[in-house]
Amino acid sequence: MAIVKDEFKESPSQTAGPYVHIGCAPNFTGIKKIYSSDLGSAMKTGPVKGEQITIEGTIFDGTGAPLKDAMLEIWQADSDGLYNSPQETRGICDPNFTGWGRCAVNLNTGLFRFNTVKPGQTPAPNGTLQAPHISVWIVARGINVGLQTRAYFSDEKEHNSSDPILNQIGDSKRIKTLLAIRQKKGVYSFNIHLQGHNETVFFDI
Amino acid sequence: MSPKSTRKGHYLERDRSWHPEALTPNYKSSIYRSPSSKLISFPTTLSEETGPVFGHDILGSLDSDLIHNYARQGQAAIGSRIIIHGRLLDEFERPVPGALIEVWQANSGGRYRHKNETYLAALDPNFSGCGRTITDENGDYEFITIMPGPYPWPNGPNEWRPAHIHFSVFGNAFAQRLITQMYFEGDPLIQKCPIVATLNSLTAVKRLTGFLDMERTIPMDSLAYKFDITIRGKQQTVFENKPEGL
Ligand SMILES: [Fe+2]
Repeated sequence: MAIVKDEFKESPSQTAGPYVHIGCAPNFTGIKKIYSSDLGSAMKTGPVKGEQITIEGTIFDGTGAPLKDAMLEIWQADSDGLYNSPQETRGICDPNFTGWGRCAVNLNTGLFRFNTVKPGQTPAPNGTLQAPHISVWIVARGINVGLQTRAYFSDEKEHNSSDPILNQIGDSKRIKTLLAIRQKKGVYSFNIHLQGHNETVFFDI
Repeated sequence: MSPKSTRKGHYLERDRSWHPEALTPNYKSSIYRSPSSKLISFPTTLSEETGPVFGHDILGSLDSDLIHNYARQGQAAIGSRIIIHGRLLDEFERPVPGALIEVWQANSGGRYRHKNETYLAALDPNFSGCGRTITDENGDYEFITIMPGPYPWPNGPNEWRPAHIHFSVFGNAFAQRLITQMYFEGDPLIQKCPIVATLNSLTAVKRLTGFLDMERTIPMDSLAYKFDITIRGKQQTVFENKPEGL
């Protein structure tokens, strides 16, 4: 691995604190006259291809209490497994799908919700395919470095069983913490546990 | 399979001994919000090496001017006028153009404009503490704002945050996502702060310090502070890392 001198290392992280909304979702906290809308609040800019889904959940701390000041961002491929990014070289992503969502959890309940599409499979470095998944990034008061995790899908058993990253985790109890659970058609629940016996798997990616 | 972090396109691993630990008990909020299992580590995939693009067209003309972007016509935020500027680089010292930088801060009295804020310092009707910009072709950015005040917080019986500005940085890839804070050179509260103390070295604290920059001040108008930011670097080839596009 390349050695990076201290002065060129990534700037060290600091907590987002409880007021991340002021900078990242000002309309959400009542600061209405600066930006026309909060960035990342809509992932669809028109009719999109694929299955429309909702992912909703709550982030719980080590006492079982919901985090009410957290903000999540998600990033994912479209229904064909293509990213809406200049680094995508395999094809053209659905132009009406941004792939990026940002959601501040409800200040009273801690609930988050993303309206998105079910992603397709994306390439793994070893030439195989990754199971459909959504990359998730979480910041809040008390979180010193943004937490990275992934949401896979409970109804993608076959793809999940051959996913190289899930296989690296191995332990089926831990893998379960990464599954968005299908509630009904198009609705998945994805709860995140920061500590405890069902602590979510977090990644250093 | 190629070794970690040497395949073209991979992002350098985060140096976890350089960043704060998840559990930092003197910063009490971390106690029940820090995962206790080891992070699962693997080389970046396309999922982390891609990211959305933020075009300059999303920016309003006052987005980076916090003195005026919430102020009524002809009015301005109260406080010492300052310029915060710097360059966004990656770990190979390449400038990062086109990156979204969002900031938030307390007003000059140390009060945030937020539904959950309870500090008794006065709100400034002309200040929200919200701003954003996108780095230019050289990776440079600039904000015009007022000096934020220090504020008390309920971590201990008498704890005060040093003056600071929160920064959110979005480079070209989801792997580069970073939130941090900028402190002000010479602030005596820096060395007393439990959040600053989550950093593992004085070098790390220095990297989060904005330095007085007399060259960039505007005489009879604004002081200036320089704050350079670095985000994770992308491996270009196995053997060399030449600056992109130079
Ligand atoms: Fe703050």
